[in-house]
Amino acid sequence: MLPKDAAAAEGKVNVQINGKWYRFPKGTRIADACNSVGAHVPCFCYHPKLSVAGSCRMCLVEQGMPPRLAPGATPQYNEDGYQTISWMPRAVIACANTVAENMGIRTDSKLTSEARRGVLEFLLSNHPLDCPICDQAGECKLQEYTADYGRGTHRFTESKTKKGKNLSIGPRVNLDQERCVLCRRCVRFMKEIVGEEVLGVVGRGTHNAIACYPGTELDSNYSMNVVDICPVGAMTSKDFRFKMRVWFLKSTPTIDVTNGTGTNINIWTREQQVYRITPRQNDEVNSCWMPDDARLAYKYINAPARLTTPLVRTDAGADQRPSTWDATIGLVTEQLHKCAPTEVAMIASARMTNEELYMVRALAKQLGITKLDIVPRTGEADDLLVSADRNPNSTGAKLILGKEGKGLRTIRNGVRNGSIRFLIALGEDLTSEEAGFTAEDLAGLDYLLCVSHSENATTKAADVVLPGVTFAEKYGTMINVAGRIQRLNKAIEPMGEARSDWDIYRSISQSLGCDCVNVIACPSPMAVLEQMALEFEPMHGLTWGNIGNEGKAIIETGVTIPLIEREKAKK
Amino acid sequence: MAYISVKRPKFSLLDRLYVVELVKGLGITFKHLALSLVGKSRGKGDFSKEGVGVCMQFPEERWDARLPEYYRGAPTLVRGEDGRERCVSCQLCEFICPARAIKVTPGSVDENSSCAKQEKAPAEFEIDMLRCIYCGMCQEVCPEQAIFLSKEYLITPQDRKDAVRNKETLYRLGGTRKGLVNKWNQYK
Ligand code: SF4
Ligand code: SF4
Ligand code: SF4
Ligand code: FES
Repeated sequence: MLPKDAAAAEGKVNVQINGKWYRFPKGTRIADACNSVGAHVPCFCYHPKLSVAGSCRMCLVEQGMPPRLAPGATPQYNEDGYQTISWMPRAVIACANTVAENMGIRTDSKLTSEARRGVLEFLLSNHPLDCPICDQAGECKLQEYTADYGRGTHRFTESKTKKGKNLSIGPRVNLDQERCVLCRRCVRFMKEIVGEEVLGVVGRGTHNAIACYPGTELDSNYSMNVVDICPVGAMTSKDFRFKMRVWFLKSTPTIDVTNGTGTNINIWTREQQVYRITPRQNDEVNSCWMPDDARLAYKYINAPARLTTPLVRTDAGADQRPSTWDATIGLVTEQLHKCAPTEVAMIASARMTNEELYMVRALAKQLGITKLDIVPRTGEADDLLVSADRNPNSTGAKLILGKEGKGLRTIRNGVRNGSIRFLIALGEDLTSEEAGFTAEDLAGLDYLLCVSHSENATTKAADVVLPGVTFAEKYGTMINVAGRIQRLNKAIEPMGEARSDWDIYRSISQSLGCDCVNVIACPSPMAVLEQMALEFEPMHGLTWGNIGNEGKAIIETGVTIPLIEREKAKK
Repeated sequence: MAYISVKRPKFSLLDRLYVVELVKGLGITFKHLALSLVGKSRGKGDFSKEGVGVCMQFPEERWDARLPEYYRGAPTLVRGEDGRERCVSCQLCEFICPARAIKVTPGSVDENSSCAKQEKAPAEFEIDMLRCIYCGMCQEVCPEQAIFLSKEYLITPQDRKDAVRNKETLYRLGGTRKGLVNKWNQYK
């Protein structure tokens, strides 16, 4: 059997890339095919999630096909079963053309690199060479390709075209028209993904520039995605503007915790400081995008309101004062021993990881508490990525604690009518709108224990405050609205003396006399996960490693993510 | 970001043993020792002409006027002929500095200022003189000709904090430098 028939049987075609034969599904774009086998094709305008524009011409490759047969002639095959390739004298663009049987591609030939050199010289003919002040420097495609195909000197003697610089085109995005390579990725993104036609190209010839339509602004909640997809520094983020050069930043893959979608993100840090958040591709969760509000929800991580030491109030009415962990845990144990279990309520959070919820469950069991619930949080869904459930781990809370927030009102009433004297608030500000407690409710309690990463009205009212960590400082897993378990990774160390929440709950349980080895001897969140994998049916067989960076669908919730559904329907 | 892997040079066993280089170095030391023992130490003629003798009587006598043109002293920031503070806080010097002496806090240029086109300038620029090893890498890497090693070698901080020079000090020490490339004006 000839290779072409063998490939056709699988719905594939044989393609020779730089002298080696590969098989790709019919309809694969040449650029994708080459990139998948490590023959990198430089692209400005092509983005796999957007329609093809074919405007930048950077992706030129040398291409060849078998010679067209004379009438009546039969194709000749060499000993490997392929026809000879006759190479075309001009290069073709790899992004707009698809592979075909017996096609030959050269990404490293003289013709290819000469063609790309030419294209790049034109792209640079009006470029302002702003790199020293450009936020994109270090992750700029134009810089990278110039290193590969640039000629180092400028041959144009004409002065460069002047265009708008540092233009504010929306509340979160700045535009520099001189740096733009007119790839129109931003235009296509706004039109095809967000569905708001705000950006367009104005002017002719060398005066071509990106601009907003008159009377409009780039103010969509997805506007900052254009900063990510802009291959150069034309679109820049106002928030990240001049904050730090990207080569100093370390990126850690983790997930967003502002709503139930669990958008995959990278969190960019230098030392203990978080500088920005960018989306990370996951075709089952968020494709390549993320909403702006989630992207900007990191400021609290390095805010002055962070708690760095345990705080205790020894006498009623006195100020809280800092204490050490050992002394505080001892004190908490003593105080909790005094409470009658029927008069204690515990409020946990669906913002906790599964591991933390597991430890909360163990703590509640140890204390013999039955009044336990989470704070539900809902908002408006936006038909793209923002889910109506604003808790990142409601599915996990339901699985592990069996709670959905229905008992919160009972606890509130209990506090008001005096049947609950002792309250334990874990990771929630009870005075928030969703929790619905008032300052008087908290003041009327006999005892309030609180675990929180930042100072808030609840921590101020508490008798003991234990400093926990934010999502950027912890390892753990969460299950999104669609039932997918995903990992959080630690990007920075806990602030000051703060400790991971799961470890705080573990220590209190242990100090209260818990003797379950699965709880007290747990060395890490990964070990907690393994324990949960044994206990909860949907988690069977899960380990930290096999969840991977993409996560794993483990529960059928019937909930879908609109943007992903649309993307799948398009295919 | 794209990564480019660079091959390290391969050293032979002899190179790695380091003995040859050690002997070569010691050879130079002994040569000078021998020369001075017979009263022919290097540069003796020049110094005695200036009345310095074999030993310079520091601090009454100083190197200042005798420093070669390529001498590398404390790094400073400079202004251009147009009075513009040349540094754009690109942080390349911070990145290249082998001693991690530099800390740049980037900031914006006021939109109404005469050099608004530059957009970016350091909000703060600190060099820790206890860390600086006077290698000149910052001067070499700077794309803006903004940082230069001066001839200053007398650096005597009173404590660690005192050793850190801030932006104001660095510009004061650097002064204005002529003949640099003119950038960030209306023509560019
Ligand atoms: S602003 Fe960026 S994304 Fe938009 S056309 Fe220009 S280079 Fe492309
Ligand atoms: S001279 Fe060398 S050590 Fe000193 S600041 Fe410059 S790069 Fe750093
Ligand atoms: S001195 Fe030069 S290299 Fe250093 S931040 Fe300023 S412009 Fe960049
Ligand atoms: S990437 Fe193919 S033409 Fe732009």
